[in-house]
Amino acid sequence: MSHLDLLTFARGSALNWALMLFVAGVILRLFEIYSLGRKADLAVSRTEPPGSGMRTVFTRTLPPRGMLKREPVTYISGYVFHTGLFLAIFFLAPHIELFRGLTGLHWPALPTALIDAAVVAAMVALLAQLANRMASPVKRMLSGVGDYVAWAATLLPLLTGYMAYHHLFFEYTLMLTLHIFSVELLLVLLPFTKLFHAFSLFISRWYNGDWFRRKGVAS
Amino acid sequence: MSATLAKGVNAFKEVIDAPIASYFSSCVHCGLCADACLFYTETGEAKYTPIHKLEPLRRVWKQEYTLLGKLGKMLGLSKLVTDAELTEWEPLVYDSCTLCGRCSMVCPVGNDITYMIRKMREGMSASGHAPEDMIAATTRAVNIGSPMGVKWPALQAQIKHVQAETGIEVPVEKEGADYLVLMSSMEIINFPEYLSGLSRIFKQAGVSWTLAQDAFEATNSGIQIGASDLAREIVSRIVVAAERLKVKCVISPECGHAFTALRWEGPNLMGKPYSFDVKHILEVLDELHAAGKLKTSGMDNRPLTYHDPCQIGRRGGVVEQPRRLLGEVAADFREMPDAGVMNWCCGGGGGVSANTRAESLRLQAFKVKKRQLEATGAGTLVTACANCRIVMEEGLEHYHMNVAVIGLTELLAEYLVEEDA
Amino acid sequence: MNQSDQPDNLPGTVGEGLEQRGVSRREFLQFCTTMTAMLALPPSMASVMADAIAKARRQSVIWLSFQECTGCTESITRSHSPTLENLIFDLISLDYHHTLQAASGEAAEHARALAMKDNEGKYLLIVDGSIPMGNPGYSTIAGISNYDMLVETARGAAAIVAVGTCATYGGIPKADPNPTGAVSVGDIVKDKPIINVPGCPPIPVVMTGVLAHFLTFGSIPELDELGRPKSFYGETIHDRCYRRPFYDQGKFAETFDDEAARQGWCLFKLGCKGPVTYNACATAKWNDGTSFPIQSGHGCIGCSEPNFWDAGPLYKALSMPVSASSFMLAGAAAAGAAAGVAITWHNRSIKAAAKTAHEQVTVQDLMREDK
Repeated sequence: MSHLDLLTFARGSALNWALMLFVAGVILRLFEIYSLGRKADLAVSRTEPPGSGMRTVFTRTLPPRGMLKREPVTYISGYVFHTGLFLAIFFLAPHIELFRGLTGLHWPALPTALIDAAVVAAMVALLAQLANRMASPVKRMLSGVGDYVAWAATLLPLLTGYMAYHHLFFEYTLMLTLHIFSVELLLVLLPFTKLFHAFSLFISRWYNGDWFRRKGVAS
Repeated sequence: MSATLAKGVNAFKEVIDAPIASYFSSCVHCGLCADACLFYTETGEAKYTPIHKLEPLRRVWKQEYTLLGKLGKMLGLSKLVTDAELTEWEPLVYDSCTLCGRCSMVCPVGNDITYMIRKMREGMSASGHAPEDMIAATTRAVNIGSPMGVKWPALQAQIKHVQAETGIEVPVEKEGADYLVLMSSMEIINFPEYLSGLSRIFKQAGVSWTLAQDAFEATNSGIQIGASDLAREIVSRIVVAAERLKVKCVISPECGHAFTALRWEGPNLMGKPYSFDVKHILEVLDELHAAGKLKTSGMDNRPLTYHDPCQIGRRGGVVEQPRRLLGEVAADFREMPDAGVMNWCCGGGGGVSANTRAESLRLQAFKVKKRQLEATGAGTLVTACANCRIVMEEGLEHYHMNVAVIGLTELLAEYLVEEDA
Repeated sequence: MNQSDQPDNLPGTVGEGLEQRGVSRREFLQFCTTMTAMLALPPSMASVMADAIAKARRQSVIWLSFQECTGCTESITRSHSPTLENLIFDLISLDYHHTLQAASGEAAEHARALAMKDNEGKYLLIVDGSIPMGNPGYSTIAGISNYDMLVETARGAAAIVAVGTCATYGGIPKADPNPTGAVSVGDIVKDKPIINVPGCPPIPVVMTGVLAHFLTFGSIPELDELGRPKSFYGETIHDRCYRRPFYDQGKFAETFDDEAARQGWCLFKLGCKGPVTYNACATAKWNDGTSFPIQSGHGCIGCSEPNFWDAGPLYKALSMPVSASSFMLAGAAAAGAAAGVAITWHNRSIKAAAKTAHEQVTVQDLMREDK
């Protein structure tokens, strides 16, 4: 198989399967969560209409008082990494074409040079996070194989994308193929690992905010 | 009948709901919850990381309620929860957690870890893995009516003292009164100034109130040990009395978890909404103050600071009321660092103060409160929970700190302007 | 070539042929200088090349055409300057070529057999077109199947040049569903050196440049892992494209006739395969350096790459999926929902069973009997 054959496979049936497993997996996991239900709260809520988790969905992104000083590496590397990843996925011109191909939707792209810088920052942040995870006693205790696999699965698309764009190491067509494969791996892993937080964090923050708002506390 | 592992695992299965499934799905092992928890920050021991305390519950969720987990269980690949594990987890779930709620405020993916610990305790207690002291307290609460074994005659004696001191009658079993007043055993035994202060304030404000003979205890060990069947039994006594006396509102006293039990968990335990309101005494005093019915004169010149009891402030929503009230009588009020909804726990809530095994850990955790107090330079600490009060008095003594602890109701009563002096 | 300080040309050599055609030494040297530059060789090689070619016996070349469209022959004969490409035909003895030979029928096959015998082990075999393996009847010459003719002719060849994407990789006949079972030269011949010169068609000067290399050095130029000469196929179109600054700046044409297209912006969004295609189009260009597809406003279709015809739609950007559709995703969503309904039923029944199994907790139940 030539490199172009591999690329065609990566863009073709490999992508089809990865996307289908991703979509089916995410929906399955959402059913898994919501199927368990939540008992109605019979206590009188302080806020009418009772509870609104939407505020917390947004505000929980910011560090609570005093926490940034306690864990600057966790917060800052988290912001830098997520920002870079988000910008790369949604605002790089070739990626927007991918979304156009899948959904018909498209939007303006950001300059590639800007995203290039953001991706470098994101990868540095990921390395910092790995070092932090291995050095911090709390994180080390909490971490298992799943955390390190998720870390690698997240780093690979950024790294291979960067390498492809800059013509590093492997021949371009092969590098591009590896990039697409790494994305497909991420897609397949996402619904079934902690990476699912990409979707479930909205649900969790909502439930959290809703519980606290009923008590009249903004969480 | 006795506790069994099977009952415990069954309880785990019962309590897991959509929020819990979402929380476990979202955890990314960032460990930030540890930095919010005083048991971790003051000891540096990683095992006190809040989300870690939930590991057995997480595995039951995974094995019972997820496709991959269920497949793993069928293939014999999953690690089932054992008694040995629950024994190991008992001090994590009970000794090193007061259900204070800071972790729930801090988790970046929005997990309400406190909510989960409360639910996990259902399985811990049903499997016989609750601390001995807490089991004893709950047994007393259910059988006698108070976790400390206080019976009506003891309260009657206190009522006599209070009446003598204030010259005001303490109403008992008054049908149709506006408010049913509850007390905590801790107040009955240690802080009679609460009842006398209340009498005087209500007299001045013209509030009609009553005690109930068969339902004077506000605390709820069932909530703390995490056995909803017992919590229901305990709270139903209040509900029955309130309905019998046809009161408009039941007042939860200066106690943290009693407010949680009555105001927030109660209707859900009973399975139906109340036909009466529930307010914390701070809310009632604030309302009276706003209506101009709470007249004080003179100011307290002592440097004062306020400790937010977790179940009242962060988990209960009563944050500004004490500050408005203190504004009336405190000339030199100083907020401690992190005051308000992010205030640090006294270390003794959630049943920890009743658990003698947890004493040294609790005193270690108190260091954060010690630092907060030192930062204010205040010599007097005001609070609105009798348990926080006793816990902090013990902590202050342990660290040889010269700080007095008083209740807010009693402080207001000191500066009350009374028609007949 | 009547310069007293130049040696006379020996009979039967290329030099003799040039002299007979009236090509001046100066013109010849000009050709060699150009070739040297094309092959990325030092300028001093020009005179070396000139001497070697002049002394060389005209190389016997047999050109076999199989399942082809004759585009490669058309391309190689497209010469604007009469001295350049035509010169090549004076340096070789093209002993067999369907389109260009005068003979036909038995006479043509006889000429091939004779050339093979006279130049055994030394003739150059050029092949264009793919070879059908599905049924020999799909393509025959004089009743001989392509396969048989290739195997028979390759036996005595010094080297083989597979010209055009059909001969190098199977090309358009091989495109899905490949009804003839088309394969490449390299799929059949395993024991002879093969130079692949793909393209649909290849650029004229690329073909002649490869031949010039062989004539000069008697050896094969450095090849990449797909057997293509690195001097012509070493860079992608994208890396040599004059529109690259627009790609880097994110300026793309969205349709073939929008303002951006008129401004000559990058054609990535219109499906250009430049980034994954190795060829000399962006530098050598076509029609003696006039233009190439991108310059004319159409994206590269990757014609010098294996299986280019099946490498995704021509007008979908490289980052777009080849075949995924929103319909497919909707189907996956439905499957996920079906599984979700099943798991909902399962979860609810587990929870209900747990509720039923709940035994009222009394204070005695807080203690373990077996502790």
